[in-house]
Amino acid sequence: MTRKQTLVELRSTLATTAWFVALLFPFMVMKVSVTGGKALVTFRWAQLPVIAVSVFLLSFAWRRAIDWNEHRGDKVKARTPLSGFVDSIRAALAKKRIRRTAIAAFLLVVAAYPWALGMYHTNIMITALIYVILALGLNIVVGLGGLLNLGYAAFFAVGAYTYGLLWKYAGPAFVAAGIETGWLFWIALPTAGVLAALFGILLSLPVLRLRGDYLAIITLAFGEIVRMVLQNSGPVTGGATGISLIPRPWFFGLRLPPRQAATYIYYIVVALVILTIFVVRRIEDSRVGRALEAMREDEIACEAMGVDLVRNKLVTFAMGAFWAGIAGVVLAAQTTYINPDSFTLWESIMVLMAIVIGGTGSIPGAIGGALLLKLLPEYFRPLAQYRMLIYGAAMIVIIIFKPDGLFPRNRKKYTFVVKPAGDAEKGARL
Amino acid sequence: MALMELRNVSTYYGNIHALKDISLSVEEGEIVTLIGANGAGKTTTLMSICGITAIRSGAVLLDGEDISRRSPHAIVAMGLSQVPEGRRIFPQLTVLENLDMGAFLRNDKDGVKRDLEEVFGLFPRLAERRGQQGGTLSGGEQQMLAISRALMARPRVLLLDEPSLGLAPIIVHNIFEIIKRINAERKTTIFLVEQNANMALKIANKGYVLQNGAIKMADSAERLLANEEVRKAYLGL
Repeated sequence: MTRKQTLVELRSTLATTAWFVALLFPFMVMKVSVTGGKALVTFRWAQLPVIAVSVFLLSFAWRRAIDWNEHRGDKVKARTPLSGFVDSIRAALAKKRIRRTAIAAFLLVVAAYPWALGMYHTNIMITALIYVILALGLNIVVGLGGLLNLGYAAFFAVGAYTYGLLWKYAGPAFVAAGIETGWLFWIALPTAGVLAALFGILLSLPVLRLRGDYLAIITLAFGEIVRMVLQNSGPVTGGATGISLIPRPWFFGLRLPPRQAATYIYYIVVALVILTIFVVRRIEDSRVGRALEAMREDEIACEAMGVDLVRNKLVTFAMGAFWAGIAGVVLAAQTTYINPDSFTLWESIMVLMAIVIGGTGSIPGAIGGALLLKLLPEYFRPLAQYRMLIYGAAMIVIIIFKPDGLFPRNRKKYTFVVKPAGDAEKGARL
Repeated sequence: MALMELRNVSTYYGNIHALKDISLSVEEGEIVTLIGANGAGKTTTLMSICGITAIRSGAVLLDGEDISRRSPHAIVAMGLSQVPEGRRIFPQLTVLENLDMGAFLRNDKDGVKRDLEEVFGLFPRLAERRGQQGGTLSGGEQQMLAISRALMARPRVLLLDEPSLGLAPIIVHNIFEIIKRINAERKTTIFLVEQNANMALKIANKGYVLQNGAIKMADSAERLLANEEVRKAYLGL
């Protein structure tokens, strides 16, 4: 950097500092105390240099970081010890034997998790994994199909309430007949998936011709409608008080103590996550998956290729909603209590954020994003009131420095071998 | 009987009467061109044929069967394949994936493979770039890809919407050579919508002149090329 550049840099940093000092002055320097009906303003001038210096340093660091970010693609990557290490790990993982061992070891860690860390961490992890299922499901709609859905929490609610209502209305009959109520979970799981998928189709009918912002608004409205209906049909759904005492999943007729129950649900949700990953990967590699991607890129071209857009959209919404339904049942089983407040717009936005931050359309992205978004705020709890501040800052940093997401999509390219065209000289030379 | 026929087709956009009583016919194995100025209704005609824009009255016949009430994907399945205006390549998909989307409705894997080799024969440039994303191709290459993609559906009638749009004259020339070859070698019937009347009429058998949404003239291509009015209005001579 030349001297002139440095000066320019310093000057803009100083300008930023002055602006921030002016902005923060009323909060950090002035202090108003009301005593005996009289307002007294005290000025804490000692704060001023502290603010100025820290803002100056932060702003300077930020500018350098932005600058680095813009130019980091310019240079050929030098081999550092770290990149060498990463490369060697990649090479090792490419070998089948080592890869299998690594996967086995990873699964072992996953399996040992609840035993090693106890109930508190297990419960947090269950919530995070429920979000992983949600993110993977929404990823089909948003990442593959390119249909922005802001009402995703509605399907989550449909799932949870399927289980809740099943318990509320069929539960007594089960008890009377002497059947374990835990069975309801296993009945609710597929039912909720199918019901949520039906709701997905229901939603997709009015939005078939919409894209972009209109689609976002309609789906948002749909999400709120479902929540409002749940909240206001008190006699049926329990209204704002919700449904409580939902049974935990059946486990060989045993009534598990809370800790073991959490471990059990943890294993169920891990199995569901693995199932989801498996299915979503199959969808991605299938013909339907490619039709979805083509639809995201150009609807008119898709129609010209003979893709049935109506069917495609129905299928997309249904597939996405199915997983939300499944996740809803698990949520109801974990918390044993549901009410409409668990399914607000905020939930939909969190899931959407998980996808965007992880990397739209990427499966590792959806998983990573969901885990990050759910686990970070939990473990930031000791930071008390700064928790959301740091959370917000982290989001901004990620979006600026990794705009494609933390684990961007590495598209699997479709290939089939074709002999090189022999009659090349006959063709057009352009 | 004509392979494809439009009978008194009228299309509206809201209150705007875009196509007024259009009738035209395309015989098997022919190249037929529809020429006209900007806003004459050329693209609307194509969209009406493909079912993407609904027609209000009249009929679109393929092999004597009315297809005007069918959905776009059903029409593609019947053998009408479109190269849309502005190419509309899938930008993130590779060349190969774009071509495979063209064969979306086909189930004969071997046939698709053979056709793939055939279009790579027509456009060796695409074979070189098969792994490249569609959006990174040049305009000419994208047009080749769009034509190839439509051919992958093995259409009975290939509908082309302004293949010359935004391309350098030399490339336009090449593209039209290829269109002629496709017609001669694959016996594909071609319906070509063009603003470049000169090029279009030179390769076509028959031409229609569209003006303000109505057919103004219909004649053999040679006679249209020689026609005083056409020469003045569309050829700038």
